[in-house]
Amino acid sequence: MTSLPTAPSATKLGLVIDLDICVGCHACAVNCKEWNSGGHSAPMTDWNPYSGTESQDGEDAGAWGVWFNRVHTFEVGEGAESNTVHFPRSCLHCEEPACVTVCPTGASYKREEDGIVLVNPDTCIGCKLCSWACPYGAREYDHTDGVMKKCTLCVDKIYNENLEEIDRVPACVSTCPVSARHFGDLGDPTSEVSILVKERQGYDLMPEMGYKPTNKYLPPRARRDRGGEGGAPTSLAALAAQAQSEASPGSAGAGGALLRWVDTVLSR
Amino acid sequence: MHPALSVIIFTIASGAGYGLLALLAVFAALDLLPEDSAMGLCATALALTLITGGLLCSTAHLGHPERAWRAVSQWRTSWLSREALFAILTYIPAGLFFLGWAFPGTLEFNWKAWGLLAAVMALVTVYCTGKIYASLKTIRQWHDGRVVPVYILIGLLGGALLMAFMSAVFDVYTQEFNWVVLALAVLTGIMKLTYWRSLDENPATSTSGTATGLGGGTEKVRLLDAPNTSENFVMREMGFRIARKHSTKLRQIALTTLFALPVLLALGGSMIEGQSGSIVLTLAALISGGIGTVVERWLFFAEAKHVVTLYYGAEAA
Repeated sequence: MTSLPTAPSATKLGLVIDLDICVGCHACAVNCKEWNSGGHSAPMTDWNPYSGTESQDGEDAGAWGVWFNRVHTFEVGEGAESNTVHFPRSCLHCEEPACVTVCPTGASYKREEDGIVLVNPDTCIGCKLCSWACPYGAREYDHTDGVMKKCTLCVDKIYNENLEEIDRVPACVSTCPVSARHFGDLGDPTSEVSILVKERQGYDLMPEMGYKPTNKYLPPRARRDRGGEGGAPTSLAALAAQAQSEASPGSAGAGGALLRWVDTVLSR
Repeated sequence: MHPALSVIIFTIASGAGYGLLALLAVFAALDLLPEDSAMGLCATALALTLITGGLLCSTAHLGHPERAWRAVSQWRTSWLSREALFAILTYIPAGLFFLGWAFPGTLEFNWKAWGLLAAVMALVTVYCTGKIYASLKTIRQWHDGRVVPVYILIGLLGGALLMAFMSAVFDVYTQEFNWVVLALAVLTGIMKLTYWRSLDENPATSTSGTATGLGGGTEKVRLLDAPNTSENFVMREMGFRIARKHSTKLRQIALTTLFALPVLLALGGSMIEGQSGSIVLTLAALISGGIGTVVERWLFFAEAKHVVTLYYGAEAA
């Protein structure tokens, strides 16, 4: 049923992603692919994995296999003052997901008990309208299976009693080597993730769309330039200029002259 | 947005079919179609063929066409589901209307009234088609109040062009067929012009800054590294872009072929007499309108920019 639950679920399972910590290693994306290749929406097929150019592959050019989680890298600001921010992006399990309500068959649904948004691969007709309705690019069409696939929040892992309790978190969370990803109940204001969001001013992506995403992002912390207090240079620009002048030929006495002579001889 | 051929053919063929069905029903109810001519039967058959062909074609872009029947189930929330439901329900009154032409003077029921019901349901179906696009907040160019009226008007205009041509072929051409084309072409042209003006005047509200929440609304947020080295599904489906200079040229072609030429030809039609003359003029208007509709519908997709492109290098959408 593509009608949303009448009342928002009390439990809102979701992710909190710390953009201050993420190092952009793509391990979350890779482990997501690994776990889900055998999970709820398995298989995660690869269409044309060893893609050639358009002249070789024509319409199929591009390795457009299914991934639920992709890591983008953005540059914020310009020039020497810019920051590089790694940005993992997956389904945000919105509270008002248009991807669910546009579905003509009822294959897309939002679970009443925990708010997870899922696709039933047995009733999906592969019309792709849900991917048009999602602003976040969370849904990817499986060209081999002819159905839409998306992040399941590892619904087959987080409730799996065969696993140790510590492992009952989404694959992307358990694999993150720097603990930039957190999983929990964002509907409970006392949960660890809710407190984290409050402390770090976690925010929604594209709030203007009005879909009320459950997943939150923690902003990168402000640049720290207190290094000078400990004797470290506040900017690398001066150091770079110094290093350059020291390295330039002629500045290092006899050794420099010898190198210059070698350079002249070898350049002939 | 990627202009999928099957969706373009579907919206054009079914749109014109529903428009033709609606106009035939209205003309029949007003006794403007002679009942002793084969025109009514042939034109209604053509309308149903266009509708059915378009609907079948629309299943070509599905991953599982054999499950298409499931699409009628979610009419509570989904405009696509409502469209599918009304498309199927319209066949009932349309079929009774068709019987009226097939067995003239022998039917016990008021088939012209059924025709009017078919006309209403046909327009509701096209309304649902337009709503599928207009309800998507993710695409600024579609989330516009003019999208639904344009879908309905172009469907009706296509129907009017077909009806005028067929009336000339069956030699029952009167000025009423001409005036309908004229009125619809003018209305559609005005609506489309205001739509394009609104697209050009309204700036994008979503940016790479709001998509990522980075930069505090002041700093530039630029994609440095894409998550994948080649195109993925999202980029292929949603990342289609058209150069501005091409879109300007195509808008002019659409305006000329879909609106200006049919208007001129209809005015010409009001001045000439004789069957061969009206066949030539209505056929020319039909071909011109057909080309214009394809260009307009292709542009409708090509000019639409999905906000997901903000994650793949676009800075505003």
